[in-house]
Amino acid sequence: MIPEVVLEMKHIRKEFPGVVALEDVDFNLKRGEVHVLLGENGAGKSTLMKIVSGAYEKDEGEIRIEEENVEITSPGHAQELGIGIIYQEFILNPHLTVAENIFLGREPVLWPGVINQKKLNRDAREILNSLNVSIDPGQLAGTLGVAMQQMVEVARALSLNAKILIMDEPTAALASKEIEALFTTIRHLKSKGVGIIYISHRLEEIFEIGDRVTVLRDGRYVGTKAVHELTRHTMIRMMVDRDLDDQIPKVKADPGEVVLKAVGVSVSNRLKEISFELRKGEVLGIAGLMGAGRTRLARTLFGAEKIEHGHVYINGEEVELKSPKDAILAGIGLVTEDRKTEGLILELSVKQNISMPGIDKFVNFGILNLKKESRVADEYIRKLNIKTPTGNQPVIYLSGGNQQKVVLSKWLCSDVRIFIFDEPTRGIDVGAKTEIYQLMNQLTARGAAIIMISSEMPEILGMSDRILVMRDGRIAGELQGGEATQEKIMNYALGEPYEATA
Amino acid sequence: MKLLPENISFDQIRQFGTFIGLILLCALFTLLSPYFLTASNLMNVAQQSAIIAVISVGMTFVIITAGIDLSVGSVLAFSGVVMASVLHAGLPLPVGILTGLAVGFACGLINGLLVTYGNIPPFIATLGMMSIARGAALWYTDGRPISGFEDSFRFLAHGDIFYIPVPVLIMIVVYALAHFVLRRTKMGRYTYAIGGNEKAARLSGVNIKFYLNIIYGTAGLLSALGAVMLTARLNSAQPVAGMMYELDAIAATVIGGTSLFGGKGSVIGTLIGALIIGVLRNGLNLLGVSSFIQQIVIGAVIIGAILLDTKLKQIKNS
Repeated sequence: MIPEVVLEMKHIRKEFPGVVALEDVDFNLKRGEVHVLLGENGAGKSTLMKIVSGAYEKDEGEIRIEEENVEITSPGHAQELGIGIIYQEFILNPHLTVAENIFLGREPVLWPGVINQKKLNRDAREILNSLNVSIDPGQLAGTLGVAMQQMVEVARALSLNAKILIMDEPTAALASKEIEALFTTIRHLKSKGVGIIYISHRLEEIFEIGDRVTVLRDGRYVGTKAVHELTRHTMIRMMVDRDLDDQIPKVKADPGEVVLKAVGVSVSNRLKEISFELRKGEVLGIAGLMGAGRTRLARTLFGAEKIEHGHVYINGEEVELKSPKDAILAGIGLVTEDRKTEGLILELSVKQNISMPGIDKFVNFGILNLKKESRVADEYIRKLNIKTPTGNQPVIYLSGGNQQKVVLSKWLCSDVRIFIFDEPTRGIDVGAKTEIYQLMNQLTARGAAIIMISSEMPEILGMSDRILVMRDGRIAGELQGGEATQEKIMNYALGEPYEATA
Repeated sequence: MKLLPENISFDQIRQFGTFIGLILLCALFTLLSPYFLTASNLMNVAQQSAIIAVISVGMTFVIITAGIDLSVGSVLAFSGVVMASVLHAGLPLPVGILTGLAVGFACGLINGLLVTYGNIPPFIATLGMMSIARGAALWYTDGRPISGFEDSFRFLAHGDIFYIPVPVLIMIVVYALAHFVLRRTKMGRYTYAIGGNEKAARLSGVNIKFYLNIIYGTAGLLSALGAVMLTARLNSAQPVAGMMYELDAIAATVIGGTSLFGGKGSVIGTLIGALIIGVLRNGLNLLGVSSFIQQIVIGAVIIGAILLDTKLKQIKNS
């Protein structure tokens, strides 16, 4: 007899250097249920799933599979335990056939080294039939559409006898008809007793396919409820209902004239008709879920991606932003989301990184004035309290918070007046966070304008004078600083179709 | 944080280590051959190393940007024969030399354009140029060398200024300039930035395409300068000149501590690397080691140097 609860996790804790990603999280999954895992960006869903699938090891807590205690040590081990995962991005090899993909690494053989092609295709067909999908096992995986590739992934998981299937935003790339097909398959899997952990931000889907919902917030367990007990409103409340601390030292500044104006900015399907104004002295927060187009908007305004339609005006004059260099000359600086891959040149020194965007200040006829460069860099190291033995230290040896301060110094040093911050305090400690907020206050007080993209609600609510919420490449709503609440932001971010159920 | 002091100086230690390697190599040959440590022989080594050393400067810039240039030897041959034909046509010396340099720069620039606007990996773009320039040199000359030049041209290989052979002087000037450019100019800073993290460099406002074109163009220009030196030395421009020079230049660069992954390196290291290869060739010749075995030894030294480098880094990081 197979136990009712196939997976049980208790008191799970996971810590990364500087952050506690999960703290005392409980989760359980029953046979044949779809258990939705819900939470904002960074709530800890992915970390929890990575622990289940063996990509991370937990620091504390217990995991039981079919009532037996287990320590999941690797992805291979998770597979042996019957845990399958369907990633958002598919990992099929496009040049292999469907059957070869399903049985990759476990091909049936005629004799050592020679694959039994017949059996391979027969077995693959059997699994695909059991899923009620008609895919030719001999077809190259690369020729399949997204939905069918996903089915192959599911088939692969089943061929490994998965009892637990994790689906991470499986409908993100699907059209509505394909979603229906996926749901049919999911119901079919349920009837066969497979437990499914389902991650999605689309609340309407949760009502359609989910049985129970567990909500995480800031790495902590909020609660588990049956879907029929919940409404859109109660779900949002569970996701965002946190105490807002007043630790954020926001200083209100009086917004002045418009410094940046975007009119109908569009980039194929990623950004749709974005229009807004940014004023001198203001912090304009941009909220939204991952994939809503916030980072793309930042990169587009910075000239790193082409504007296909629309216009951008700086101080009333239209500008053409063909490269980051154009944007910098127009007075725009971008503090990227990922400082290590996009913000810094890790091998170069603190000083050399700081001077990079505004290097022309230190150059006469192509020759660098190294003394002046050192002097100015040292000033920023002192002003921003960057902890480094000298300005000659390669930035790779600095801590996250100090690296972020180097990125900020780059733009301070280059005299830009419009700052775009993309997740400015991600992965840095509390002390450095406060310092960065204070710096933003100083900047606005001196008449700079700031666009701040953030997934952290307290930060968005605490620092913004005005908030734009993005969804599916559009501006879904605008909120004045005073009227904004976590619920209102989340409601815009998730879309409005289920407003009636609230 | 505690790794700090070691880390700051690792590249310097690495460079110093290469220098010690060069000294040890010289000491070894001094023990084995009475002719090695004589003024005339050392000058000989410097002269023989000068051409590879000059070409290696361009290679170092390219490799710091995380690129590679396989065409330097062929570009040397092509710019050499074009220059020679201009000189044989009776045009003045500076015109001939400038034409040769222009041809080299143009070949390098084409490499750069293919890499930046064609989005072709440097390995492939320069592999193509390696074949094209070699073919062009052979076609242009019908496969025959162009020989016999006036003394004022040959002075560039055989003359002395203040007792220093002209090729050595050219080498010193090129290295001094290159070192200055890398350490003290915007272009040098951008060279490291592009190789260290191209994305971040672009987002800091670096015009990547422009600088890469200049850098590949310079590598071609320095190959052409190598052609001037080689043609003057041999009193002949040969369409088959410079075969395998690209490998010597890459070897000198990596032995000198420049990372093939880009973002790191120095021309001083490259100079030491070029001298190590030069000393090795010269010493083995003095000892009467056959050229076949010489190739084996040089290959082993390249692998050994990099193996040691990798091991040291592992130890440092552990």
